[in-house]
Amino acid sequence: MMVNNQKAEIKKSKNKEFIFLSVSLILLAVLAITFSALVYDLVSNGLSRIDKSFMTSFPSRFAEKAGILSACVGSLAVMGVTCLLAIPIGIGAGIYLEEYAPKNFITTIIEVSISNLAGVPSIVYGLMALGLFVQKFGFGASILTAGLTLSILVLPIIIVTTREAIRTIPNTIREAALALGTTKWQMIWDHTLPYSMGGILTGIIIALSRAIGETAPLITIGALTFIAFLPASPITSTFPFISFQWLKDPFTVLPIQMFNWVSRPQEEFHVNAAATGLVLVIVTISMNIVALTLRSHFRKKIKW
Amino acid sequence: MLLRPKSRTIRNLKEFLIEKILFTTAFLAVVITVGIALTLFTEALPFFKSVTLKQFFGDKQWSPLFSDPHYGIWPLVTGTIVTTVIALCIAVPIGTIMAIFLSEYAHPKVREVIKPLLELLAAIPTVVYGYFALLFVTPLMQKFYPELSGFNMLGAGVVMGVMIIPYVSSLSEDAMRAVPMALREGSLAIGATKLQTSTQVVFPSAFSGITSAYILAISRAIGETMVVTIAAGMQPDFTLNPIRPAETMTAYIVQVSMGDLPHDSIGYKSIFVVGACLFLMTLFFNILGQLARKKFWKAY
Amino acid sequence: MENENAIVNNKELRLEVKNFNFYYGQVHALKNIDLLIERNKAVALIGPSGCGKSTLLRSMNRMHDLYPGNRYEGEMILYPEKLNIVSPKVDPLEVRMKISMVFQKPNPFPKTIFENVAYGLKIRGIKDKDLIAQKVQKSLENVGLWNEVKNRLNQSALGLSGGQQQRLCIARALATDPEIIVFDEPTSALDPIATAKIEELVNVLKKEVTIVIVTHNMQQAARVSDYTAFMYMGELIEFGETKNIFTRPSKKLTEEYITGHFG
Repeated sequence: MMVNNQKAEIKKSKNKEFIFLSVSLILLAVLAITFSALVYDLVSNGLSRIDKSFMTSFPSRFAEKAGILSACVGSLAVMGVTCLLAIPIGIGAGIYLEEYAPKNFITTIIEVSISNLAGVPSIVYGLMALGLFVQKFGFGASILTAGLTLSILVLPIIIVTTREAIRTIPNTIREAALALGTTKWQMIWDHTLPYSMGGILTGIIIALSRAIGETAPLITIGALTFIAFLPASPITSTFPFISFQWLKDPFTVLPIQMFNWVSRPQEEFHVNAAATGLVLVIVTISMNIVALTLRSHFRKKIKW
Repeated sequence: MLLRPKSRTIRNLKEFLIEKILFTTAFLAVVITVGIALTLFTEALPFFKSVTLKQFFGDKQWSPLFSDPHYGIWPLVTGTIVTTVIALCIAVPIGTIMAIFLSEYAHPKVREVIKPLLELLAAIPTVVYGYFALLFVTPLMQKFYPELSGFNMLGAGVVMGVMIIPYVSSLSEDAMRAVPMALREGSLAIGATKLQTSTQVVFPSAFSGITSAYILAISRAIGETMVVTIAAGMQPDFTLNPIRPAETMTAYIVQVSMGDLPHDSIGYKSIFVVGACLFLMTLFFNILGQLARKKFWKAY
Repeated sequence: MENENAIVNNKELRLEVKNFNFYYGQVHALKNIDLLIERNKAVALIGPSGCGKSTLLRSMNRMHDLYPGNRYEGEMILYPEKLNIVSPKVDPLEVRMKISMVFQKPNPFPKTIFENVAYGLKIRGIKDKDLIAQKVQKSLENVGLWNEVKNRLNQSALGLSGGQQQRLCIARALATDPEIIVFDEPTSALDPIATAKIEELVNVLKKEVTIVIVTHNMQQAARVSDYTAFMYMGELIEFGETKNIFTRPSKKLTEEYITGHFG
């Protein structure tokens, strides 16, 4: 009797197992379809709109004349500032926490701050930037403010990935370097950093792809949606040939341009939004794919 | 002949300076955290000089920009809660099933492919998801349910849910995979199926880790801005009905930021008040999530 | 050979391993193993590390099915049902319901003591609360744990000592009335006192259930088993009554191992 029961019980469990697997696969398919629908919607509405004039025109009252030139340049300029600030600070902080930080109260405070920063909604960063950079420091709604805001926003990502990358290096490597008489910094510069570069690079790319798509904090600091000019050129014809005027210029970026077009009632502008969205998706997805490839490449190459 | 090492004092000075610079970069995180809290609260406090707490928590209407202003926070809170709950109803079950599938069933090679693909869902800019919710998902839903208004919390919430699936699935999967193989073997060895092992041994063993994934997802959904701004509308409405348009806390901040309010106006101050509430809410969930996470990783 | 027939004729045979081979991917880990295991006896598998004793033991519980690329060849027939437990046609679940396993390190679930022992019953669909409580008590009594834990059945099993945890794992395996329990070096993570208790327990348990035990400790094999199999490099070198193996082994290799020349 017990045996019969067991057979029935096994059959029942097997059925549940089958149901669970089917549900998982169906859900995976649903997600794949959703993702495809999103891409398909952007392509079918926006692809035909992407041409040379779209990429090289300023926004316009007329949907078919409008383009994303100022948004592209704005995104690039803001990303430039973000890179210059976030990458050195993020890597520096990561190195400090992994290689130097003593176990004490201050280190704990730093670590708690970083993990909390990682969870703060992006729009709150925007409010902080509005109150501090725009108002108090008087930077205005400029490329500089935007770069500062986004670098603060992505800082936790870079710090965390840097730490993870450094942590995978075994202590024996550090001891080997120190035993040869290197100073701590030489050890870090010649060994820790090069060996963890793959992981750090992956983190930087993911952080930048996040920054490129950020919209809310930049709206909060007062980024304009209608910019019919480019920021001042960083290279000038007169001495000293380099100008930082562009840092103080107003700007728009791709996601804000898209938001502006989505929010309009006219359908012609929705086409522009789709085209901009397509550009954004292509850029962010390819950055992520590059990051993933890098990660798996370095994982395969280095086995401790 | 021995090479002469560089002067010891110079070398030590250099090492000392480098350490201090690196410390400064790390300490910036603390400065930023304090900066956020101070800015939010100093800008928000003057708001309560003209608005009483009773008005803030007692009124059911939020219209600080109207000539007859009301300052009741609840409509924004309900908007945030409804969209968050809808998003969680999508993300938690799907994310958990995906996590169990990836951690307990999928061949390692399949997992190596599917996990990053799932994470791509979180890489798409939120403004694109907003577009998708407003111009694809909502019209699609309207075909089955014509009463649905063009701006609505349902579509926004659902899309937001899809967006945060990877947060739930990745973190839960990490937690489940950290459960020692010995526990699975112990369960399977006495005749349990994979599903029984997953749901009755692995899931409970990883529970605090999975909880932290859920809590972080809540915090994400509360703070998410563009999807709800674009697709749920910008009219504060004290309602729990998901087919209606409503404004979330985040959407209100965007709405005011796009206008040109003078910086001493009550409307300008109000976004810092809403921002401070948002900050406190997410801070609460983040701390809770981290406590759960700590508890989990301590156990294994 | 006469011995073999005697066992079959007496209907005392429990498990017959016939020309059994096992592969980890390309690695031929077990070669042509033949082994007869009698009912309600304890069989010890000994040999130097890497000889395949654990691999053989884990085959009996179909544990290798959990990891891809593993392959069984040959037969392991469970009596009296005459079920070839390593056949791909036989569900590993069915095998594991008849043959339970106790592991090297105690692996209690992070649940209460009661839930740990009741787990096997619950997954078999038994819902009768009284029956479960009764079985749990009996199993805990059998492993000599009942008096130690009866007042804290609802506390976490993780609070028990290592030896208690291992006995709890044995109770968990015992609760479902298996036909065979296989032990994979069950005392290697325990102190001498806890080890003595487990050995004592094995001696008691074999009155009711067939036992296969892998051990790296030859004294232990001598103390707990009726039969001993000596394995080397994936092959079964010698199998016989424990007292014969330890006093007058027929193969030189066995003698060398037992006298401590290698391993």
